[in-house]
Amino acid sequence: MIPMLIGISLVTLIIMHLAPGDPTSIRYGLNPEVSQSARAKLVQLYGLDKPILTQYVMWLKRILTLDFGRSLLDDRPVITKIMERLPATLLLNILSLILIFGIALPIGVTAAVKYDSVFDKVTTIFVFIGFATPTFWFALMLIMLFGFQLGWFPISGMRPWYVEYYSLGGQIKDLVWHLILPLVATSFGGLAGISRYAKSSMLEAIRQDYIRTARSKGLKERRVIYRHALKNAVLPLITILGFILPSLIGGSFIFETIFAWPGMGRLGYEAIMNYDYTTVMGVGIISTLLTLVGILISDIAYAVVDPRIRYK
Amino acid sequence: MIHKKRNKKSLFLFSKLIPLLFAVLILYPQSPVFAQKNLQPSSGDAFVTAEIGDARILIPFLADDSASSGLCGLIFNGLTKLDRDLDIVGDAAERWEVSEDGLVITFYLRKNIKWHDGYPFTSQDIKFTYDLIRDPQNGCPYISSYADIEKMDILDDYTIRFKYKKPYAPALLKLGMGIVPKHILQGQDMRTSDFKRNPIGTGPYKFKKWKTDEYTVLEANEEYFEHAPYIQRHITRIIPNQAIQFLELVAGSVDSMTLTPYQYIYRTSGPRFTKSFNKYSYLSHAYTYIGYNLEDPLFKDRRVRQALSYAIDKKEIIDGVLLGLGEICSGPFLKGTRFYNEEAEGYPYDIEKAKTLLGEAGWSDHDGDGILDKDGIPFKFKLITNQGNKARQDIATIAQRQLSRLGIKVEIQTIAWAAFLNEFIDKKKFQAVILGWTTPQDPDCYSVWHSEAAQEGGLNFISYKNKEVDELIVKGNTTFDVEKREAIYKKIHKIISVDAPYTFLYFPYATPAVSKRFRGIDPAPAGIGYNFIDWHVSPDERKY
Repeated sequence: MIPMLIGISLVTLIIMHLAPGDPTSIRYGLNPEVSQSARAKLVQLYGLDKPILTQYVMWLKRILTLDFGRSLLDDRPVITKIMERLPATLLLNILSLILIFGIALPIGVTAAVKYDSVFDKVTTIFVFIGFATPTFWFALMLIMLFGFQLGWFPISGMRPWYVEYYSLGGQIKDLVWHLILPLVATSFGGLAGISRYAKSSMLEAIRQDYIRTARSKGLKERRVIYRHALKNAVLPLITILGFILPSLIGGSFIFETIFAWPGMGRLGYEAIMNYDYTTVMGVGIISTLLTLVGILISDIAYAVVDPRIRYK
Repeated sequence: MIHKKRNKKSLFLFSKLIPLLFAVLILYPQSPVFAQKNLQPSSGDAFVTAEIGDARILIPFLADDSASSGLCGLIFNGLTKLDRDLDIVGDAAERWEVSEDGLVITFYLRKNIKWHDGYPFTSQDIKFTYDLIRDPQNGCPYISSYADIEKMDILDDYTIRFKYKKPYAPALLKLGMGIVPKHILQGQDMRTSDFKRNPIGTGPYKFKKWKTDEYTVLEANEEYFEHAPYIQRHITRIIPNQAIQFLELVAGSVDSMTLTPYQYIYRTSGPRFTKSFNKYSYLSHAYTYIGYNLEDPLFKDRRVRQALSYAIDKKEIIDGVLLGLGEICSGPFLKGTRFYNEEAEGYPYDIEKAKTLLGEAGWSDHDGDGILDKDGIPFKFKLITNQGNKARQDIATIAQRQLSRLGIKVEIQTIAWAAFLNEFIDKKKFQAVILGWTTPQDPDCYSVWHSEAAQEGGLNFISYKNKEVDELIVKGNTTFDVEKREAIYKKIHKIISVDAPYTFLYFPYATPAVSKRFRGIDPAPAGIGYNFIDWHVSPDERKY
């Protein structure tokens, strides 16, 4: 895991530096009030005049003490900037993940069990619509209809500026109210994909010999499906879950922009566009770490679900 | 069933009641009773504005984005400021004196200024601020504007004297930088201090709250030395998408935003909008131009550049790109200010004149292929601009078609910002470019038009070199007398216009919309925000 982290962070830094320009040229390149000498001083101040490898070693030394450095945009500690966004991002993404799996799994399983039924056909159509709909358009339509025309939900944002005047209960209610549209929008695309995975792996499981054996033993259908088939069918879904984990903190720039949601996606985008190397590295290293942890967790979950796999 | 009922009810609420409420709110104040009341504004309500991006640093001399500078303007005061007509007036300074030789400027401060924490504001704070700015360790990007200060002498608590190494006319405006408190910041590292997220100033608004990428809240400073602002709170909501901003505006959760030309023309004429909002338009302090690389053999001949400027129909560009929301530009100063030369004719669209000029310069279609040529070389060039700026890309397309009427072939290329700057502009590896400048508040244009600024990486990347302009720029830079300066910059305008190193295109309009409940807005060359402390809402219309 450690060599992987070093490799990935080094590649990130090199890619950032391969792009032409530096933070000062992006911000001050065409500003008549900022002289070239002032820009040169800033480059020096940020230590950007040193060779890339030196910069990397300095960064690595700091990161060993869990110091992510300071943002080149506003001089705030990168870790503070990340922690500030993390709650909003996690809240939205975890809820959306629960929603996706909570709805997609039953849909997929039922569609597989009642293969070729009306329910299956309807959900198949729904899935294709889900795949084909551009999610940003869907989000805008949601806002237009439920936020603007009907006024049932807030148009954007996570909380109003006067939220502190609410009681705690009022604040929670308000948060839920603000969460609904973004949740529906972010779940919609995922729903289609996961229900499809669930259906196909369930179909495969149902056609296995051990299901026929179970049935011929005279087991109740319910027990056959939920105990014997489902347990095997969720295996591939666990793999997917492992890969979804890093995207949980990555956030989505598009949704966060549309819903004015203060999440990680906007932080990362702003950092990349402004050549804020330290923030990009900070976000990158945390995503990498989470990807690796995600893979680890799905490996462990595999072992729990599948008795054939044992780690020594 | 119950649900259905409830929905109907809320539908009624939103479709009938709210417009009704709006109608009541809007109709009422027009009655004479309220008109009288407006004469005596009282304090209350909140102003909620929308911004695309969040502020970063609330320290005036480190703020380098419009959101941060905007908030700093409400929280801090400088020695001087610009008034509604963009003339320099005193802010924290009551008055000032400039010595005969222009080397010494003495400021006399107002005596009734207090920091938001109650501390008195003195000349100590001013010296402290400019010492910070001039220390390279603090990373102020505008440090060069203060390089000529030789020393600062504190004469007493309310008098400070700046001594310059050489006369520097922009000094008066540059010394309008917001002043920070010595009693709080002394001994702190500016770059790591949490002051930048929790500032204390002297301005009309006090900093209250900041939720990153969500909103900032400022509160009226009741002790403000001019008078306490009437609007109790100033809220900036960060809404990164302009279409969403517009929905929030119409829905009433935001009171003000900057409209896009499309929104201004097509989305805001209906009764729902005009009932609740006023639209304003005034010149933004920026212009857009096509610049020609004068080191390219194609553009060396002045007649060729003049021909191009005649052949490009600026009116059509303004109509096509800005839907008419802009004014034609003929030189590098802000139209409507004293430095802009209205007598400079510029280049009104005239294709015949363009053809004649090109003919004089030796360009005509000798081989009959529809493209002008000279000595066997066809008139073709590449016009570049940066990616992500739709207006500039549209200008390129329109200009391409307009120039094709002359028999000039233009190839368009758009390049991502960083590469555009570093590989093309800084290295002067381009033929023609579409870009824009903000017109600086002081007319000094050394960094863009002086021949010294034509070195690699300088902003005179088109390599414009004119001895007369060079001399005038230096003269304007060292002359304090406003009328003399006016004559100098008008002359610079005239010469540049004749030389036609740019085809000056337009000044776009700034197009904000503000809720009608705010009274006291008085559009001026400076825009609408300059008298924010005088805005008010009559008690019956208050929302928050």
